[in-house]
This record gives sequence, C-alpha cells and structure tokens, in this order.
Amino acid sequence: MANIISDETIEYVGILAKLELTDEEKEQAKKDMGSMLDYIDKLGELDTRGVEPMSHVFPVNNVFREDVVTNGDEREAILKNAPEEKNGMFAVPRTFE
Amino acid sequence: MSILDKTAAELGAAIKNGEVTVMQAVEASLSRIEESESLYNCYVTVDREGALAKAREIQKKIDQGILTGPLAGVPAAIKDNLCTRGLLTTCSSRILGNFVPAYSAQAVLNLERAGAVILGKTNMDEFAMGSTTETSAFGETKNPWNPGHVPGGSSGGSAAAVAAGECFYALGSDTGGSIRQPASFCGVVGMKPTYGTVSRYGLIAYGSSLDQIGPLCKDVRDCATIMEILASHDPKDSTSIKRDDTDFTGALVEDVKGLRIGIPGDYFGEGLDLEVKEAVLGAAKVLEERGALVEEFDLSLVEYAIPAYYTIAAAEASSNLERFDGIKYGYRTESYRGLHNMYKKSRSEGFGPEVKRRIMLGSFVLSSGYYDAYYLKALRVKALIKKAFDNAFAKYDMILGPVAPTTAPRLGESLSDPIKMYLGDIYTISVNLAGLPGLSVPCGIDSRGLPIGLQLIGDCFQEKKLIRAAYTYEKARGKFAGSMEHAGGRASGGKAGSDAGKEA
Repeated sequence: MANIISDETIEYVGILAKLELTDEEKEQAKKDMGSMLDYIDKLGELDTRGVEPMSHVFPVNNVFREDVVTNGDEREAILKNAPEEKNGMFAVPRTFE
Repeated sequence: MSILDKTAAELGAAIKNGEVTVMQAVEASLSRIEESESLYNCYVTVDREGALAKAREIQKKIDQGILTGPLAGVPAAIKDNLCTRGLLTTCSSRILGNFVPAYSAQAVLNLERAGAVILGKTNMDEFAMGSTTETSAFGETKNPWNPGHVPGGSSGGSAAAVAAGECFYALGSDTGGSIRQPASFCGVVGMKPTYGTVSRYGLIAYGSSLDQIGPLCKDVRDCATIMEILASHDPKDSTSIKRDDTDFTGALVEDVKGLRIGIPGDYFGEGLDLEVKEAVLGAAKVLEERGALVEEFDLSLVEYAIPAYYTIAAAEASSNLERFDGIKYGYRTESYRGLHNMYKKSRSEGFGPEVKRRIMLGSFVLSSGYYDAYYLKALRVKALIKKAFDNAFAKYDMILGPVAPTTAPRLGESLSDPIKMYLGDIYTISVNLAGLPGLSVPCGIDSRGLPIGLQLIGDCFQEKKLIRAAYTYEKARGKFAGSMEHAGGRASGGKAGSDAGKEA
C-alpha cells in the first residue's frame, strides 16, 4: 500500500512538530514520509492481537524520590545560555495579547 | 612502546607506578590531536586548557594517594551529547551551537571521580540520528583506517578518536547501534550495556527507552574497566537499575568451555558482505576450538526490527526534541513575528534535515488517529522481539553475529537513500529494542583495509558472559592487524575540518 502524503498532512505535521518547511522541503518531506510509512507498514504483517505494547523492557515502576532540591542555585550559569536576558530573567516573545 | 600505544589500563598502571606522569599522557594526546585533527575531525571541542589544568590536579591527587583507581590520570574524550559542566555541548547541532551546560552527566561525573582527564567533546551525527557521523552540523569525521570512508555513527567521533590515538578511550551513546557500529568500522571495542545500567542523567535524550551510554576503547580489559566505573544506580534517572553485579573486570578470564553460542541464520542471509561473513564465522570457529558450543538457529522477526525501531525512536525523538524552542537556551532565530513563528523558525533553522525528517515522522505516528496503528503497533512488535530473544536465551548463553552488513562505506554515499542507510542497522537495532547488552570486538580486516567487528549479544544483565567470551577471543586473535601503528598515522596536512567551537 503506497502512502501518499497530502499537503494537508504535511501542514498538520509541521504544526505538531513546530517546523516551518520551504516548498522544496515540503515536497521532499512528502516523499520521505511516504516511503518511510510504506516501510513501516510491514509491521502490519505481524499478528499482534493480545500482545501488550511494551514501552520499557523491565517493569521499573513508581520510582520516587523526595521532592528536595539538591543542586543549588545555578541561576548565573543557566542564564548564560539565555538567548535574551533581562534583570535576571529570560526575555521571551510575548505569549498573549 | 610509546605512551599513545598503551591501552587505558596499561597507562593507568604506568601512571600509578610513576613511569609516566598524567601531564605526559595528556600532552601526548594533545599533540596527536594537533597533528591529525585537521584530517580526521573527531572533535567538536578540544579543551586544551582544561585538560592541562586537570592533569596537574589529578597528578597531585594520585601522589597524595587520594586517587587510586585503575584509570586515574587517563585522558578520555566524551561524545558531544553528554553534558559537561562549563564545556560546550552541542549534539553536533546548530541549535545547541552555543550551549554550555550548568551540570555534568552522571556518567561523566563517574569518570571524573575515577580521575579521568577530559580532552574534549567528540563529533557525532546530529542528535545521534544517523549511522555515519555525516549529519553533524560541524563537518564529517573521517575513518582513520581510510579517510575516504566514514567512521560510522552516531558515535563516529569517539570511535575515530580512539582509533587515531587522539584519546585513550571515549564515551559514546547507543540507541540503535551507535556505539557498536562505529566501533566495528574503526577497529575498536565498543559496548552497550543492559538498559538501565548506566545513568542517562545528563545524556541529551534521543530515544529515552533505547538510549544507553558505553565505552569505545582499545581492548576488552579497558571495556570492562570503564564499564565498572560507568555503572551506578542513580536516583536522578528513574530508569536507572540497582545492580550489584557490576564488577565486570572479574570476568576477564580466558574460558569459554561449555559456553552455548547461538548464531542466527537470519543474520547471515542476503545483504551481508562475504568478507564480513567469513571474518565473523571465523571468530565463531576460534571460540568453538576453545570449547564453546556453537550452533545455528532462527532468531525470527529480524526484518521487523527496523520499522519498529524507526517508529519508536522517531516518536520518542519528536517528543524529546520539543524542548529545543529558542526560549531558555540554544539557537533563537534573529527575526520573527510572534511566539509560534519564533518556535518554527528557530527549530527549522537550527535542526538539520535528518533531524527534521525524524521529528516529522515521529510527530505523525504519535498523532491522533495514527497513534494506535503506528506507535502502539510498534510497541507490540517490540514485545514480540523481546520474546524472540527470551526464547533464544533459554537455549544459548549468548548470540554471535556481525555488527553491520558491510565495513565502513565511502563518505557521501549514504545520505541520499535514508531507508538503505537504516537497513545497515539491522544487526544492532533489536538489541536496543530488547534492552540487552551488546559488545563489538574487532575480528578482521577486509580487502580494502577496513575493520570488521564481531558482535556478541547477551541476555539482560549478562555483560560478564560477553566480556569473558570477548576476552577469550581477543587473546586467541592476538594483536589486531597493526592497530595503533596503522591507524591514526601522521596527518598529511589535509584540509581543515569545520572549525565551529574547536577550542573551548
């Protein structure tokens, strides 16, 4: 089964992935995704009824620790990486109007 | 024997008994880096000043009897997806081209506590997505055995650095073969431990349910020694496992009598290079001659591993890479109209094409309406693959096979056909899906002078069996075809590699 990826799908995926593609990139993405999905369709050959989806190999569950800060104040080191900084805070684009 | 020819353990011992100083070892490494880096481009960042300062500090601690471990004072390189406090960490991506972490990965801390001197950060495929180190934003790394060929990936810089004598050992990460395959291509030893053995705290995540950190090094003794230092239970990594069987050096014993080794017939079909096949089966013969019981069997489901892996890895990657948004760190686009435009432009300009490809695929398979058909389906197949391995380990102590279907391809030949490139991962990928330990040890050279690796796969927590078998094989094999004298050679000038962030 050939997967034909539509323009709408690429637009939609672009929104989900927060990526903006040029027109050539979009065309290439349609082709790439199409062939990757064709390849992934192979999984349909396997009968997986009754098989639980396995995310982690060993059941290491409910791993808790005390909610205590142990790595101190790294504010200066952290802000060094800020693309834009103001008064000891991250300066970011307006998030609401 | 020159300093650079020593293994990490040999150097550690020489430093311990005063034959060599830490400074001599560090300076030797830095000189070699200076000679050959412009040809091989193994490093994204070389921390010359930091390494020299560390050398003085470590020597003092050794002299005072504070540092007594087997690798104290030994210079090492760290793959650039492991956070190193105060030292540029880029994942070979423009989106982290200026990122300096405020903390170090636990694996790095373990090495530092053991007295390692960190020389710098090695080149990799961008965000560990690739099998040739060609998707790096800072230029390709060349294979020291033949610079017209790739070193493998994604830990290509680490593997090449060890092969070229530009460090005594290196750390890599393995999500689908990214330690074992470059180890194979560069003629060094590489190991991926059982999932959960080494803390992933500070490893910039690609596929969280698949990633593990491990060593790339000169021999099996070094591998066991480094693994002992790396393995630890870490409360900061909720997938970290408490193990009390990590005294891996105890397994450095030459004895494979009665060891049941299974060779998957389905690994030796079409697509496997003849010379690789011969070398790997030859290695199996060596173990058989020493008392191992070697038998062929059907592993099954081999052709489903790659589509399952790429679905799961892309899905997890798309989620893990959401954090790169230009807000708190990393690349932010220069001009934008509003928040969402800033996100899109920063990410689109900062990520390379392979990363974008996998993020798109991952977002798609996780999206509503497709989640069940793709992502959950892949997780069910993952469970089946694990079961196939469980069945195999009911009969065998370990599985033996090739690491890759070929030796290192030529530069520039792999990226044009992504699916063909993905198929090269066929022998390594299922090991990550099942969380098993896997080890690659050099077993031959092909007619083009390129190394061939032997892969040993064990059941969960069975690293010691793998180490014992690999050590026995290595001793029987003897010195690997010229090893350090051949590889690393003198750089013949060559062209300057990409210079982004070269000197910290």
